[in-house]
Amino acid sequence: MYSKILLLRFPPNIVDKAIAVNLVKRFDLSFNILKATIYPRKEGMMVLELTGTKKNYNLGIKYLKNIGVKVESVSHDIRKNDDKCFHCGACTAVCLTGALYIERPQMTVAFNENKCSACELCVLACPANAMEVNFERGILE
Amino acid sequence: MAKSTIKKSIEEINRKIKDGKVIVVTADEMVEIVRKNGPRNAAAEVDVVTTGTFSPMCSSGAFINFGQGKKPIKANQVTVNDVPAYAGLAAVDIFIGAAEPVEDDPLNKVHPGQFKYGGGHVIHDLVSGKKVKIKGKSYTTDCYPSKEIRKQIRLKDLPYAVLVNPRNACQNYNCAVNMTDKTKYTYMGVLKPKAGNINYATSGQLSPLLNDPYYKTIGMGTRIFLGGAQGYIAWDGTQHNPAAKRRSNGVPIEAAGTLMVMGNLKEMDPRWLVGVSMLGYGCSLAVGIGIPIPILDEEIALYTGVSDEEIYTQIIDYGADYPKGDTKSLGEVNYAELKSGSIIFNGQETQTVPISSYSRAREIATILKEWIHSGKFLLGQPQRPITSI
Repeated sequence: MYSKILLLRFPPNIVDKAIAVNLVKRFDLSFNILKATIYPRKEGMMVLELTGTKKNYNLGIKYLKNIGVKVESVSHDIRKNDDKCFHCGACTAVCLTGALYIERPQMTVAFNENKCSACELCVLACPANAMEVNFERGILE
Repeated sequence: MAKSTIKKSIEEINRKIKDGKVIVVTADEMVEIVRKNGPRNAAAEVDVVTTGTFSPMCSSGAFINFGQGKKPIKANQVTVNDVPAYAGLAAVDIFIGAAEPVEDDPLNKVHPGQFKYGGGHVIHDLVSGKKVKIKGKSYTTDCYPSKEIRKQIRLKDLPYAVLVNPRNACQNYNCAVNMTDKTKYTYMGVLKPKAGNINYATSGQLSPLLNDPYYKTIGMGTRIFLGGAQGYIAWDGTQHNPAAKRRSNGVPIEAAGTLMVMGNLKEMDPRWLVGVSMLGYGCSLAVGIGIPIPILDEEIALYTGVSDEEIYTQIIDYGADYPKGDTKSLGEVNYAELKSGSIIFNGQETQTVPISSYSRAREIATILKEWIHSGKFLLGQPQRPITSI
């Protein structure tokens, strides 16, 4: 089984189409929607975890790209700014997936991008404003 | 093994510092030394133990004189980067408080508010060398005819800027849990419902006042690490409570002593004064403080040998109890347990979350140790003790 968290961007012309459901019907993939928004200029944005066989996963991605969906890996978009993080640990209380965790015994905060579901709870909870999101700005460009 | 009683004075230790013969260890290292060699030998071996803490400390701020413009003003309403400062002082003197949010901040109108910018951030920007925007308004007087002043100014160009923090370095602090069904946003961080996490502050065995529980070696005039520079203990802090409950080792098991500290803001470093936003609560300033504890005798050596296992605090419900003014303890826990990452609370494994940076606290204790070893930091002689029991 293969599983990856993806950021999908839907251009305005297909934002009202049923698309995600075809990943299930045609490619036997399952998905878990972690975040979905439609912006004022009708661009859609969805963060979802896509799971299936590697072959079906690749076919599903190909399908999405063919109909005009921009597919990006989420891990590039949530970042821990190491100049700002002072390793208090407050973020670890809200991180649902354990992507943010404390390394012991040195008691520093580490970020495993592969585990991040882009829920953004850490972005608000971090006292130092060290967790940065880039995709919302990106989609409006 | 030293048979005679060890007695050292601060003057003697300072002589050793000047001669390059001083032995300094961090409070982390002292735990092992006292455990292995006993307090008497530790007192003979070690001259100074350095401590450290790096945590949001709301009761912080700076006195600033921002200088007159061409025509003088008796500024009585002043903002710095649109953060209101207290201006009920002479002409162009202000106090900018860490917890003051920027004007027009939506606060908690949409709960939980984000509090992205406030007095703590202003102080951080100043020590980062950034220009800040000062706006002042006033009524006019015969001697001060100006109604308004505007300036863009950097810290180095301010005539005067002194960090004065009325309550820092809390000796011990509650740890916080939330027993309600809703997430709570507190000064102790985000607390998930139904005891989803337990948040704690203080750096435990590294924490300054936990290494000198009765304040026997420190007082007004003690030189300290403050915000990356050399600062001073000024007085007891607000809410200083030496009468708090203690264990037989003298260590309080609840909030107890606090310190008022001060130092020249112009010498400080943005790494050690960081503006923070506590979700749903407000703005604050994370302050780095390190206090050198002179090992004057065996008793002080024993105190500084205190380990996380021997320092206890109380679990308080910040969901329902604390907002009602009820601070009954739901359990007692030590810092070794808290630092492990989880404890058993009400029969459930519960995540423990620090909101104070232990790694930065250790860095401070290490820097202070290097300063003393290098001879550039001499111990200050306390001129008035911190109130004790």
